[in-house]
Amino acid sequence: MSRSFLGMPAFPRAAALSTRDTRLRANLTHATHTIRDKRAGAVAELDDWAQLRAAGAAIKDRTLRHLDHYLERLEESVTAAGGRVHWAADADEANRIVTRLVRETGEREVVKVKSMATQEIGLNEALAQAGIRAYETDLAELIVQLGDDLPSHILVPAIHRNRGEIRDIFRREMGRWGRPAPEGLSDSPAELAEAARLHLREKFLTAKVGISGANFMVAESGTLVVVESEGNGRMCLTLPETLISIVGIEKVVPTWQDLEVFLQLLPRSSTAERMNPYTTTWTGTTDGDGPRTFHLVLLDNGRTDTLADTVGRQALRCIRCSACLNVCPVYERAGGHAYGSPYPGPIGAILTPQLRGITGPLEQSLPYASSLCGACYEVCPVAIDIPEVLVHLRERVVEGGPVTRRGARVVLKPAKGHAAERAAMRAAAWAFDHPGALRGGMRLAARTRRLHPGRLPGPGRAWSDTRALPAVPAESFRDWWQRTRGGADRSRRGGVK
Amino acid sequence: MRVALFVTCINDTLRPRTGQAVVTLLERLGVEVDFPDAQSCCGQPQFNTGYRHATEPLVRRFDRAFADYEYVVTPSGSCAAMVRDNYPRIAARAAAEGRGRELAGAAARAVPKTYELTEFLVDVLGVTDVGAYYPHTVTYHPTCHGLRLLGLGDRPRRLLERVRGLTLKELPGAEECCGFGGTFAVKNPAVSAAMGADKVRAVTGTGAEAVCTVDNSCLLHLGGMLTRQGSPVRPVHLAEILASTEADAQRSGAAKEGVR
Repeated sequence: MSRSFLGMPAFPRAAALSTRDTRLRANLTHATHTIRDKRAGAVAELDDWAQLRAAGAAIKDRTLRHLDHYLERLEESVTAAGGRVHWAADADEANRIVTRLVRETGEREVVKVKSMATQEIGLNEALAQAGIRAYETDLAELIVQLGDDLPSHILVPAIHRNRGEIRDIFRREMGRWGRPAPEGLSDSPAELAEAARLHLREKFLTAKVGISGANFMVAESGTLVVVESEGNGRMCLTLPETLISIVGIEKVVPTWQDLEVFLQLLPRSSTAERMNPYTTTWTGTTDGDGPRTFHLVLLDNGRTDTLADTVGRQALRCIRCSACLNVCPVYERAGGHAYGSPYPGPIGAILTPQLRGITGPLEQSLPYASSLCGACYEVCPVAIDIPEVLVHLRERVVEGGPVTRRGARVVLKPAKGHAAERAAMRAAAWAFDHPGALRGGMRLAARTRRLHPGRLPGPGRAWSDTRALPAVPAESFRDWWQRTRGGADRSRRGGVK
Repeated sequence: MRVALFVTCINDTLRPRTGQAVVTLLERLGVEVDFPDAQSCCGQPQFNTGYRHATEPLVRRFDRAFADYEYVVTPSGSCAAMVRDNYPRIAARAAAEGRGRELAGAAARAVPKTYELTEFLVDVLGVTDVGAYYPHTVTYHPTCHGLRLLGLGDRPRRLLERVRGLTLKELPGAEECCGFGGTFAVKNPAVSAAMGADKVRAVTGTGAEAVCTVDNSCLLHLGGMLTRQGSPVRPVHLAEILASTEADAQRSGAAKEGVR
């Protein structure tokens, strides 16, 4: 895979292009509406969903508050079970560790379980630079990899592709990566799945090294958990001799009892299933069963810094179910690529600026990639108040403020390019706090209303290009009230100057 | 009963007739309405764009302006949600920054007394039939803040269903955002317009004469789109429908006759 999310344009520019892509819009609308309706049905089946959701949030919060403790507990358990634990502060360090571990096996090819963490650190690209080929085995990731494309959804990375496009990619590209697509491949789901199965089987049976992420890590036993739908992950997790798992530090849960809550929340929220088809757990190594060597790479990459932010830290509760993407009207129109990261949609808009820092133009634009409609918060199975975090991050963009970068407390400066807006907002706030001035301004606007242009210049053009401007009435409510009832004493009560 | 009207800055400047409708409606229901002149904006535009500190004086102003009242009624779901959802948040953040607890008092006083119009009608006055007459087909768009932050539920619907002469048309995808989102409409114009276009298509598809909400901010966005498209569908605030009576309908009918 050669394409990368690095250097992507700011959200509004990317979204302005993607909203015009009618095929993309149609693919996304169809797919997201199908999943969201199914999810609503699956959630409605449980009468204790609200309590489950609260429990999920509480367990995550408690674990995050004592993250150091649970990570040390996890390391002890994994080590005792025969695994080896490595700590990676950032993407570069994680990539270096994994590259070294693969090299030590002498292998040049690895099979991969679908993993957000490895997308986040750009592992495939790093391995390719070291001469190691990584094969994605999740069906959707395979489509993305063969198409030299980027994922655009957390759960369904190729959601932006339809069946016809997938058939074309398989026909054109499979042969370059291994077993070619069968002659006369059609776009029927069964034929496409069979083509992928045959192509992937060769990989599973020859690969000596598997690379995975994990949905959860249980501290008390050192067990890692992957939940998936296709079973390809289980092949990768059990067949190779060496297994390397790269997992974000926030994925730890204290006990198996805690895990129980998430194994109910996750499948219903993500695939609208009561239980996910494959739940694979592995604990260190076992003689005669599964990989003989197991490495766990614990990834920080901005997570501890995120944890230091009292409002923003709730983003670390995320269990990557993607329910927020499927209900988001902005995601549905803009598509996943506009978010410039493997984490698109509402969760991406709060996770990416925190993990990477709010310093680049893309990261500064992401907190504004929302109308704050609140649909994401409503469906989130761990109750992340995404609108609250979005507004908090907007404040960091326009006003700056204290943040933690690489463990050190620094004060962020306000972003450039917001000076005019900042001045306008402060002027508005001043006028709103001085009703006399406000009334004067309103009267001026009313008197000059015949001179108002139909279309606005500057940033206002964005409004008037597609929407007529509201006409300013001859008299404000304030003036109407004073004219018709102003003499009455009651209007003065409660008034302050 | 005496209540204060919090008209909101958008209604004050751009849709005064919504405020007038609230006065007419509440007085018809026997409620005495005051308009404290010291009121201004709830601070939502500033707060939601990231200027939290600029919002703080407006929280204090809200508290002072409405200090004498037990009830503050507003014809805006999003401004009511701003007070109820964000004032405590603003106060908590200020306290965390070590700036006293004065805002906490202001928020604690503002939150319980602030009612969106339909909440006040249904929950406080206990009415759903407000004696309105509106002989038109209407489709109702439940705005995001009314729907999700305030949890208005079926209150607006129950009120609309009791309006004589009114035919309610179901709006497909009603719970989806119209794409206004305050400064979102300017910062992400392409996505905002795409969302608005889909909403307008759904509204037009119902065949209704008017689209109704509890928020004029959303209606300015949708109305602007409808106007630009030359659509005859009118944006109407719920308060204006509830304030309408048979006499109004006759008067406007007579006025039209007179014009001809």
